Amino acid sequence: MTSQTMRQPKTLSELDRSENTSQRLLHWIPSALLLIAAALLVVSIAFPYWGLVLEAPQYPGGLQMRVFVNYMTGDEDPALDEVREIDGLNHYIGMKSLYEAAAFERSIALPGVIGMIVALGIVAFLRRRWVWVLALPAIVFPFVFLGDLAYWMNNYGQNLDPYAPLSSAIQPFTPPILGEGVIGQFRTVAYVDAGWYLATGAAVLVAAALLIWLGSRIAASRK
Amino acid sequence: MIPQRFASKFLLMGAVFVAAATLAVVIAPRAVSNAQGSETNWQSIAEQRGLTEEDLRAAVMTYTPSGTLDPYVMFASGGHSGQMFVIGMPSMRLLRTIAVFTPEPWQGYGYGAGEEVLAGGDINGRQVRWADTHHPALSETNGDYDGQWVFINDKANGRIAVIDLRDFETKQIVNNPLFLNDHGGTFVTPNTDYIIEGGQYAQPLGTDFAPLAEYEGSYRGMITFWKFDREAGRIDMNQSFAMELPPYWQDLCDAGKLVSEGWVFCNSINTELATGGIEAGNPPFEAGVSRNTTDFLHIINLNAAIEVYKAGNTVEIEGMQVIPLATAVENDLLYYTPEPRSPHGVDIAPGGDFIVVSGKLDPHVTVYSFQKIMDTIAAGGFETDQYGVPILAYESVLEAQVEVGLGPLHTQFGPDGYAYTSLFLDSAVARWSIGAEGYRPQDGWSLISKIPVQYNVGHIATAEGDTVSPDGNFLVSLNKWSVDRFLSTGPLLPQNFQLIDIGQEGDNLQLLYDMPFTGGEPHYAQIISADKLNAWDVYPEVGWNPLTQSVDPNAVTQGSEGVTRDGSNVTVRMTAVRSHFTPERVEIQAGDHVTWTITNVERARDATHGFAIPYYGISLSIEPGESITFEFDATEPGVFSYYCLEFCSALHLEMMGYLTIQPQ
Repeated sequence: MTSQTMRQPKTLSELDRSENTSQRLLHWIPSALLLIAAALLVVSIAFPYWGLVLEAPQYPGGLQMRVFVNYMTGDEDPALDEVREIDGLNHYIGMKSLYEAAAFERSIALPGVIGMIVALGIVAFLRRRWVWVLALPAIVFPFVFLGDLAYWMNNYGQNLDPYAPLSSAIQPFTPPILGEGVIGQFRTVAYVDAGWYLATGAAVLVAAALLIWLGSRIAASRK
Repeated sequence: MIPQRFASKFLLMGAVFVAAATLAVVIAPRAVSNAQGSETNWQSIAEQRGLTEEDLRAAVMTYTPSGTLDPYVMFASGGHSGQMFVIGMPSMRLLRTIAVFTPEPWQGYGYGAGEEVLAGGDINGRQVRWADTHHPALSETNGDYDGQWVFINDKANGRIAVIDLRDFETKQIVNNPLFLNDHGGTFVTPNTDYIIEGGQYAQPLGTDFAPLAEYEGSYRGMITFWKFDREAGRIDMNQSFAMELPPYWQDLCDAGKLVSEGWVFCNSINTELATGGIEAGNPPFEAGVSRNTTDFLHIINLNAAIEVYKAGNTVEIEGMQVIPLATAVENDLLYYTPEPRSPHGVDIAPGGDFIVVSGKLDPHVTVYSFQKIMDTIAAGGFETDQYGVPILAYESVLEAQVEVGLGPLHTQFGPDGYAYTSLFLDSAVARWSIGAEGYRPQDGWSLISKIPVQYNVGHIATAEGDTVSPDGNFLVSLNKWSVDRFLSTGPLLPQNFQLIDIGQEGDNLQLLYDMPFTGGEPHYAQIISADKLNAWDVYPEVGWNPLTQSVDPNAVTQGSEGVTRDGSNVTVRMTAVRSHFTPERVEIQAGDHVTWTITNVERARDATHGFAIPYYGISLSIEPGESITFEFDATEPGVFSYYCLEFCSALHLEMMGYLTIQPQ
């Protein structure tokens, strides 16, 4: 009767084994997440992080500008260098050439991202307390990217050449880094693109890995 | 039970609401538009304008809303404007004038740029800056248009031009040194290896003089085979040759295709050897050249002629290698067969198997069989004319005659075994059936239908209608007279391009649209499917030289502009971009020789800049990416403001600069 209604208490060795399994799992999940995050960062290099569409009547289909982690380009139309075209239009309002923007950031972007990827790999395999510091740049990276973009947009919008042809018509302004804006006959739409989402996904995964690692450590120290 | 009943009630109510909403969505816009009367609006407009159902069909067939593109493009000769015109079909919108033989300021052709091309057409050092363009020929691959090149002849001055369809610009003009005029051109062989140019009014070959009394012995006709080098995009004079022909006034030609590839066919008018002289009591030319009931269709073995030319059996006349008439006869390069007198068109059917000839003064189209021609040649035993050229018996090569009407001229083809022939005297176009296997044996060789045109039709063109695979669908009647078709603008009237729907079988031919054409008498046109054309939106790279179709080593880049001097030679290196030239001051001295390069560094489609220096006669069109170099002597001191000719941007007026020329 009793043996039918009540479960047999587990033996000590059984308890050990289940705890070991879950511990091992907890042990490896952060590493797996970090490696996935590293992979996402690798892939993100191939995609634009941010995009800007300028629409005006005389440009059917609009002018598209895409910002990758280390360079800028137009859309697939090979004949029209659209960044150059936007630059050409910007000279009317006295805006500096886009090619001069964030030169330092662009020069360190690729080594920086590769460094983050390597760092995530190191953390994934070592998982020591202080090594986790290496994972922090990947968490803040997408936000630093947007912040830097906002800085340069503001810098460009506010520092217009007072001797430009349209300087009397267009006052210094701060172009939005997300959403719609209007400048002259142009309507602008700015948006974050696939690369930025991938990098943000990576940041979330790294943060999750860090929390799980912290959680497991706290659990272990309580025991 | 109860909850279920409630549920079904709600469901039912929901369904009713959805249905009501759907109905509302579907009906509401109609109700609104009905209330505004827009559905009946077009009907009342049609009624007010007196438009019939036929008219409305024509409107629907041709109306091309803004932003939509035509399926066909017509390349029309510009007649004595010396140019070529590009027209979208069926909208009949003029898309482009291509400057060919005549300077044209919009394109900056002949006003600082294009001089090198135009100079190719100089005759014995004399500048000839007009032409009578007649017959455009689109380049072909395997007998079908390939959309890469188009050629056109100048009847007046015996010249040929080469136009590149990547930028629709003339790249080369060659002058035929043998002949003053031409009419049997341009026609291309099925892979555009040769461009055919037949002469017209007989003359002593070259620039020799001979009195008309020596017409029979000293005057000659000719046909020239210009070798086209597709890689270079140029006619190669050094691989081109001509054939001496009797002075019969060769008229139109056509190249054989498929089974008849390697053969060329030309009409002739004046087998009578008339030399005119109405003032001396002789029959005037119009009667003199029409006395005989037949003239001679020329049948030329081009492949064999190429062999004879390559073997060196030629004489050189004014730099051109010419196969003498006797050599042509000796090597079986030339045959004749009689054709109804005063013929105009000779057109090869899509299969290459039939040759259609129309004699202006005979109401029939006369159809020759290529196979019968070959059989007759093989059988041998011919009579000859006074120049020894063998004559194939008419009966042995004739396939059929179809009575189509008065004044038949030119024939084009459809995809369905129909042929179309223009009827000058009837002012009509005839649709007739090719009764042979592979065409329309069910209808036999018969006239199907005729449609009047307004007025005096010359050439006609059907879509891809002289290729191995005609499209049909549309026919354009290129009419010489318009008389009452358009509002009067004085005694000089436009020609009339009439668009005709040939897309339906039987006698369903409908006139769709009249397009006034003011470029000069148009002669021939060819119509190509628009998807075969692949023109550049802008020049492929900044600094492009359209003559070499590559980046010019002299092109100017931004930052490298400037004015430099070497003695009295001044070099100006300039860029153009919205809305400024760099430099904006060019300060030189009278007596300087100026070499001036401008590169348009724009990449945006349509961002063309013009450039004008008044007084010095400079007018350029510098398209996005293009680089142009021009030269002039600063003979006259003064202040010359140069400026952009195109309203390129809001600050276009400000796109200018000063050329100051200081007196010595």
